[in-house]
Amino acid sequence: MDQPAEATRQLVRLRGRSYVAYVFCPAVPIAGWLDDIDRTLNGSPGFFVGRPVVLDLAAVDLSPQAIAHLVANLEQRQIRVLGIEGVDAARLTTSLPPLLTGGRDCVLKPSELEKPPEKPEVRPQPASLLLENPVRSGQSIIFTEGDVTVLGSVGSGAEIVAGGSIHIYGTLRGRAMAGVNGNSSARIYCQKIEAELLAIDGYYQTADELDAGLRSRPAQAWLEGKTMRITPLN
Amino acid sequence: MAKVLVVTSGKGGVGKTTSTAALGAALAQSGQKVVVVDFDVGLRNLDLVMGAERRVVFDLINVVQGVAKLSQALIRDKRLENLWLLPASQTRDKDALTDQGVGVIIADLRARFDWVLCDSPAGIERGATLAMRYADEAVIVTNPEVSSVRDSDRIIGMLDSKTVKAEQGERVVKHILITRYDQARAARGEMLNIDDILEILATPLLGIVPESQDVLRASNVGCPVTLNNAASAPARAYHEAARRLMGETIPMTIPSERVGLMNRLLGRRAA
Repeated sequence: MDQPAEATRQLVRLRGRSYVAYVFCPAVPIAGWLDDIDRTLNGSPGFFVGRPVVLDLAAVDLSPQAIAHLVANLEQRQIRVLGIEGVDAARLTTSLPPLLTGGRDCVLKPSELEKPPEKPEVRPQPASLLLENPVRSGQSIIFTEGDVTVLGSVGSGAEIVAGGSIHIYGTLRGRAMAGVNGNSSARIYCQKIEAELLAIDGYYQTADELDAGLRSRPAQAWLEGKTMRITPLN
Repeated sequence: MAKVLVVTSGKGGVGKTTSTAALGAALAQSGQKVVVVDFDVGLRNLDLVMGAERRVVFDLINVVQGVAKLSQALIRDKRLENLWLLPASQTRDKDALTDQGVGVIIADLRARFDWVLCDSPAGIERGATLAMRYADEAVIVTNPEVSSVRDSDRIIGMLDSKTVKAEQGERVVKHILITRYDQARAARGEMLNIDDILEILATPLLGIVPESQDVLRASNVGCPVTLNNAASAPARAYHEAARRLMGETIPMTIPSERVGLMNRLLGRRAA
């Protein structure tokens, strides 16, 4: 009678599965180390949510109370500790995560280190704008992020506004305004100066004030304190 | 392969309409089938310069609005059988033109002609932008004076940004046509010289048309200058410009009034 029942009883099936865990190696002072964790979390909140985390306490010597305090602090930050390494078993109370041994180091693959989608990798914006064609009358080029380089001429009635310096390899007949974001070290260079107006960081000069001897020559303009200096190039 | 060419300038009074009529007639005389289209809706002039003002029945706006067929609005020139005119409306304004309507007409004209010459109104508003919208090539008419040159520069900027070609990443082929050029005044420094103009506009030169009474005389009798007096200096300049448009390479000259032999021999009376 008992025979069939014995046959249907099966052993608990155990399956093995391996995960790559993040290993935290706290350093003294613990408060400073927690600040580092906070900075990481500020950059990418939720980064450790749902990921196995192991505490390696080999580098520090903590009392059971201090370990409990550290684990509680991590839990406040939504980091659940899976296990603890590198510590004497006697220091771990039953309310703490279990002691783990036999971990092997491995390289974290980029996919495991993937950044959360809310913070995509920001490519540095190009800090200069290159214009290969002449800038015609009536056109307005505004580039507040950096330098503007024009290979042709800038026509009368055209304007270039740049956060950085302005380089013109043709004739400048229009307006050039450099350093508009308060960059007083920006300069304006041109192959031939016939400008209607030059401005750097809000300080400007009109064509009338331009030295007649400079006209049609290569020149540069820069700020010396609050005065604009315009001198020939070479 | 039909070519759509816009004659434009930005500034008024520089000779767009005169140049459209003269170039159109010169191309037609070379055997090309040509239509000249007046885009100056509300201020039409091309019909007068072509001498067709008494034969206008339907116009560009009628065709855009579907009131008339294109073939009803086209007027054939009395002197050249392969020269046609599509007149503008005098009673409407430029708002009557639509981008789509102009596109349909230009596509239709492309199928019927070798050259479609669009006479642009002055300014940079709707009329001028629609005249250049579908152009393959552009003739920018410029007088040797600073205001005209600066306006031309502006128009070149628009040709490079507002046309269908520009939006497709291609380029409208651009030519500068300098009109009302007076060599004596330029030599005295009273006018911009050719090199200065070309340096500012950075665009190849199509021709130099000298200032001449012949242009006014031809306009008054309603005849393109290239037909009215083909031997006159402006007519020769326009003929050369038309040949350059057709791809010929001709050395650039500034045609001047021919002085007769007797005048040359007996030019000055001794005191």
